[in-house]
Amino acid sequence: MVGPMTITERARKKAEKLDRLGELSAARDEERGVSLWQEAFRRLRRNPAAIVGTVVLGLFLLVAIVGPFFVPYAPTDTIGIREGLVKSGQGIIPGPSGDHWFGFDHQGRDEFSRLVVGARQTLLVGVVSTLIGLAIGALVGGVAGAAAGLGGRWGRWIDTALMRVVDMMLALPSLLLAVSIAALLGASLTTVMIAVGVVSVPVFARLLRGSMIAQANSDYVLAATSLGVRRSKIAIGHVLPNSLAPVIVQATLTLATAIIEAAALSFLGLGNPDTAIPEWGVMLADAQPYLGIRPALAIYPAVAIIITALGFTLLGEAMREALDPKLRK
Amino acid sequence: MTDVEESGATGQSGNLVEVRDLKVHFPITRGVLFDRVVGHVKAVDGVDLTIPRGKTYGLVGESGCGKSTLGRALLQLTPPTGGQVNFDGVELTKLPPNRLRSMRRRMQMIFQDPMSSLDPRQNVESILVEGLQAHGIGADRTARRDIITKTLDAVGLPKWALSRYPHEFSGGQRQRIGIARALVLGPELIVADEPVSALDVSIQAQVVNLLDELQDELGLTYLVIAHDLAVVRHISDVVGVMYLGALVEEAPSDRLYREPLHPYTRALMSAVPVPDPEVEDRRERILLAGDLPSPANPPAGCRFHTRCPWAQPTRCADERPVLRQIGESRVACHWAEQINSGEIRPHKVTAQIVRPEDEGETPGVVSAPSEPGSFV
Repeated sequence: MVGPMTITERARKKAEKLDRLGELSAARDEERGVSLWQEAFRRLRRNPAAIVGTVVLGLFLLVAIVGPFFVPYAPTDTIGIREGLVKSGQGIIPGPSGDHWFGFDHQGRDEFSRLVVGARQTLLVGVVSTLIGLAIGALVGGVAGAAAGLGGRWGRWIDTALMRVVDMMLALPSLLLAVSIAALLGASLTTVMIAVGVVSVPVFARLLRGSMIAQANSDYVLAATSLGVRRSKIAIGHVLPNSLAPVIVQATLTLATAIIEAAALSFLGLGNPDTAIPEWGVMLADAQPYLGIRPALAIYPAVAIIITALGFTLLGEAMREALDPKLRK
Repeated sequence: MTDVEESGATGQSGNLVEVRDLKVHFPITRGVLFDRVVGHVKAVDGVDLTIPRGKTYGLVGESGCGKSTLGRALLQLTPPTGGQVNFDGVELTKLPPNRLRSMRRRMQMIFQDPMSSLDPRQNVESILVEGLQAHGIGADRTARRDIITKTLDAVGLPKWALSRYPHEFSGGQRQRIGIARALVLGPELIVADEPVSALDVSIQAQVVNLLDELQDELGLTYLVIAHDLAVVRHISDVVGVMYLGALVEEAPSDRLYREPLHPYTRALMSAVPVPDPEVEDRRERILLAGDLPSPANPPAGCRFHTRCPWAQPTRCADERPVLRQIGESRVACHWAEQINSGEIRPHKVTAQIVRPEDEGETPGVVSAPSEPGSFV
């Protein structure tokens, strides 16, 4: 039998309870809020697509950056011909062996070494051209979006003028535009990067502009206006940061397209004129005459391109999901 | 002259806000490359109202009647097409942008949706500090922090809220953040646009009472826009009833609810249920026929005559009534006295088609009405 609680017991229990409450609220004081970016990152870490994408891209980065220092043969060394193993004129191109993991290419160079060194070129072209597109596109789109959303009558004129130019670029098929630019500037690696970058300008510009206009019409911009915050500060402090999520996602996805487009330009012979420097697109083009003899020569760079593009796409899609405000719980 | 204006020359008259013939017309544009104005949506079409200092003016009306636009035009958030807004002796509509910006400190707004009116990437501290920075209030971080903490206290939010983000709060707490943001600048006028309609009923009372307390404490002047008649009655000293961009009746709160004079107000009031089942069963309800006419093409004469059960063959259809003083109320109805005395009996109204044939034959071509200062 448990006797009735004495008054002192009750008081002690109550005091304990109050202490616990106090501890809880003290803990709350310490705790900091979770920002949207932090929450998005947390969601990203739980997404299997993001993990796969990150692993693929991590490997790609590792290969591209440190790979060239560890390749077994120089990518320009025509060792196969020197040793008399490769006679492409007679259709003799040996496949994989212990010394040469992926065999030789048509000029007797070690295919594996060329693939590894080619990753660096691919990364360079992909990243630089995406950055070019992002920089110009974000500038054009940002100015147009801020002008249209907050600039009044004059702003809408600026926006219309900028967007008509962008629309003209958008009207041309992207590869045709890239080929024209490459033809105009002459074939070189820089040309490829500029051409691929310029092609993605309208996408970034349109995206950022649309996103900014949507944000500029939101209640919190109205609230900031009624607080008396300056328009320029509203544009940079509220509208722009809230419009960036789709652009970041698009940049990740564009990296994939940029790699494919750069490969296409190289394949068409508009890339780096020094074909001795390995690049996946060039390797694909070089492999074409020998498709009947050794199709693997085309398959290696093609698979490399596909896996890399897939990695970027997976990560981009996962980021889109993580940053989507509708999916926030 | 400007000095006199800013020092508040009309202070002795006791009116903080005087609105005269305010108009907000949104152009309806058509065309792919070059916009052609094909008409105007007359969201607010000639409104006069006066808000005495320290009082609450309630604005009611069905959705789409222009009450929110009126509130925004009053604060110059939507540039008015015509008319005057006089705030403490300063004519706001003609103020250059920079002067207007510094005037904003004295007039603030509370929004309907507390989530969308808070920047999701700002924590509460940065939300509250923004206004202070914009007006250079508070010498340094600690001084500003002091003001913010006091404001948080005033709206009943805990100190740990400062580092939190809007999505981490409940609806009622978010609305408190919105109120704190408005209060932190020490304004005289607050325009509250449907301040509680997005909240749970249980929270609504808390927020309404908070607004009430703040008014007592700080001597605030409110313009409360709402469609909830009970909320408006509770909080307002004077209530204005809007219909299709214009005021149809304005009266002290109790009087309006006790004895509505305008036919539209009568219909509105008859929609409020009475908490007595016997009275509720016996009382007469006035059901309006048809929809709200299009503000792009409002009816000629009295705007309400197409739906009015008391409409008369003369005057109603061709002469627009102005607000007339009848007792304590101001009513825009030609026949208010006769209707009130029972001389004119209500009759049946057949619903009219809202969209006349001369307007909008292909709705797909007409773009949404855009605000003059925005892009759609």
